Amino acid sequence: MQVSEKTYKGIPASEGIAFGPAFLFQAVDLKIPPRAAAPVEQELKRFEEACQKAGQELEALKADVAKRTDAGTAAIFEAHQLMVADPMLADSVRSHLEAGETIETAVQAASQEIAAMLASMDNALFAAREADMRDVGRRLLRILLGIPDTSADGLKTPAIIVSQDLTPSDTTRFRPDLVLGFCTASGGLTSHVAILAHTLGLPAIVGLGEEALSHIPDGSRLILDGTRGELVVDPGPGTVDRYEEMKRQAAARLASIQTTMTREAVTADGHRVEIGANIGDADSASEAVRFGAEGVGLLRTEFLYLQNSQPPDEEQQVEAYRRVLEAMGDRPVIIRTLDIGGDKPPPYLKFDRELNPFLGWRAIRICLDDQALFKTQLRAVLRAAAGKRALLMYPMISSVEELRAANALLAEARKELESSDIPFGSNIPVGIMVETPAAAMLAEHLIRECDFFSLGTNDLTQYTLAVDRTNERVASLFQPLHPAVLMLIKKTIEAAHQQGKWVGMCGELAGMQKAIPILLGLGLDEFSMAARSIPEAKWLVSRFTIARAKQIAKQALSLPTAGEIEELMTGVLTETRGESEK
Amino acid sequence: MQEISIVVHNKVGLHARPAALFVQIAMAHQSKITVLKGEKIGNAKSILSILALGVNQDDTITIQADGADEGEALEKLAKLIEDNFGECR
Repeated sequence: MQVSEKTYKGIPASEGIAFGPAFLFQAVDLKIPPRAAAPVEQELKRFEEACQKAGQELEALKADVAKRTDAGTAAIFEAHQLMVADPMLADSVRSHLEAGETIETAVQAASQEIAAMLASMDNALFAAREADMRDVGRRLLRILLGIPDTSADGLKTPAIIVSQDLTPSDTTRFRPDLVLGFCTASGGLTSHVAILAHTLGLPAIVGLGEEALSHIPDGSRLILDGTRGELVVDPGPGTVDRYEEMKRQAAARLASIQTTMTREAVTADGHRVEIGANIGDADSASEAVRFGAEGVGLLRTEFLYLQNSQPPDEEQQVEAYRRVLEAMGDRPVIIRTLDIGGDKPPPYLKFDRELNPFLGWRAIRICLDDQALFKTQLRAVLRAAAGKRALLMYPMISSVEELRAANALLAEARKELESSDIPFGSNIPVGIMVETPAAAMLAEHLIRECDFFSLGTNDLTQYTLAVDRTNERVASLFQPLHPAVLMLIKKTIEAAHQQGKWVGMCGELAGMQKAIPILLGLGLDEFSMAARSIPEAKWLVSRFTIARAKQIAKQALSLPTAGEIEELMTGVLTETRGESEK
Repeated sequence: MQEISIVVHNKVGLHARPAALFVQIAMAHQSKITVLKGEKIGNAKSILSILALGVNQDDTITIQADGADEGEALEKLAKLIEDNFGECR
């Protein structure tokens, strides 16, 4: 073994093994060092050169994007090219230079001013161009500062992305065909990168820690094991062989799993459960079907609300929901009403500064305060449901009054549509997310006033254990297999079943292999997860009889700690996989 | 100098892709080309200036061209708008 080999341990966030060089990503720090301005013409010459360079970069980017996506996406960079060459920008830059500024500060000021002007326009579509102007301004400034493009565009050969943290916009900017895996110093299981990696089917490790990051030089050889959460830097030949063997085994298992993928999810003794997908837009609906989704257990609607400076109108929403429903054919789709809060506020809702946004004004609380906003969504869901299998679900319910208030507004929305003769889905089932301990404790009352429950285990875990999953220092305390969480799940399922109603789950736990046998044993009726997890989940379900699952659940719930439950389940899974290979 | 007035029927107005196409055609001509919407005046060869006009669906704009190829420029720009920007959105 070579002396230089080092292994770091993080949180396994997305399964799989990748081999490749490290690509150290950091959002470039565009700090302008102070200097005296040269004569205007001299500064302008540098501006022209920078514009030319930016034009070339964008041309390459455009050609590249056009090759792998559609022309529409490439057009974004075409618009950027026009902005770089724009006389309005040039005029503004010149007047800043004439006021004695350097070209760097002039470009920064000019692009910010124009962006602010665009942002102030009352048409949301125009205002959205603000982001393009800022992006163009940053590109020019970076070139002027002579900083190489180490952002996403700089990724030109296949590599493992290593970073302090990755925002959703960072992650989507990488060329997907060049990304072998993700690895971040911060973050937990529910961070954006974990969710994205899972969706893309790429291995990922999060929460690796600052210390590890400083020992990974750019370009160093890495093995990323997203299943075990291990990152090997500069591996020796023996290590490489060992991981290659593991990767081969995993690939073989995957092949067998793919055959059960398209079938219904049935236990070994013929008990049927439903396995669906969590999705955020229409594009992922067809992908979900491809992975064997029998429905959508959670359609997040936030994407409609966060992309513009105005909330989506009724027509836009009807169209968006219809697209998903159509992509899913006759499979059921559970549409969750708006679930946002002060942690990512849309521009048109005024939030006070909140000390605890997760305990603050969010989700159903916002909707019940801003009834016009909520009713527009309810009307849109009702309309989209006409002739389709749509279900409606309210998030973050913590009292019976909230459910009643939401249902009262729904009744109003129905009446309005009825009296205007607009067709809508009159039999739409209505459910709530059980994601607060209060809802789980009140399950027997809540279920009398709705048709189904869906357990949101990410929030249920967070609120039950009082752990902020985004806080690195306590992220390891975020244990979805904590006995307290499992007890609340059990209580919720029992309460619903007593009333002859069904319970689904759309949190990460539903797709977690260690949890699936327990959930089966507790009687969960529907599992909804990232599309990529579906094939394996169906396979796993097919390995258990209900009697065995019940026994496992009973045993798990008798244990006092999450650690012991994990240990029990690791054993169960090893045993199950062993059996299947015989 | 020549000018024409025309209604923009395109669903999103002179925004994003339509604006880019409009500016690209304008830039291919030597004439000075100006777009007027109400009291606002924009340079047809500047995408930022065109975006700043905020031309929405069903707005009427006036295009003025001044130069050697003014006739051809107006004809091509008018055709782009009449053809609904090739149905692009």
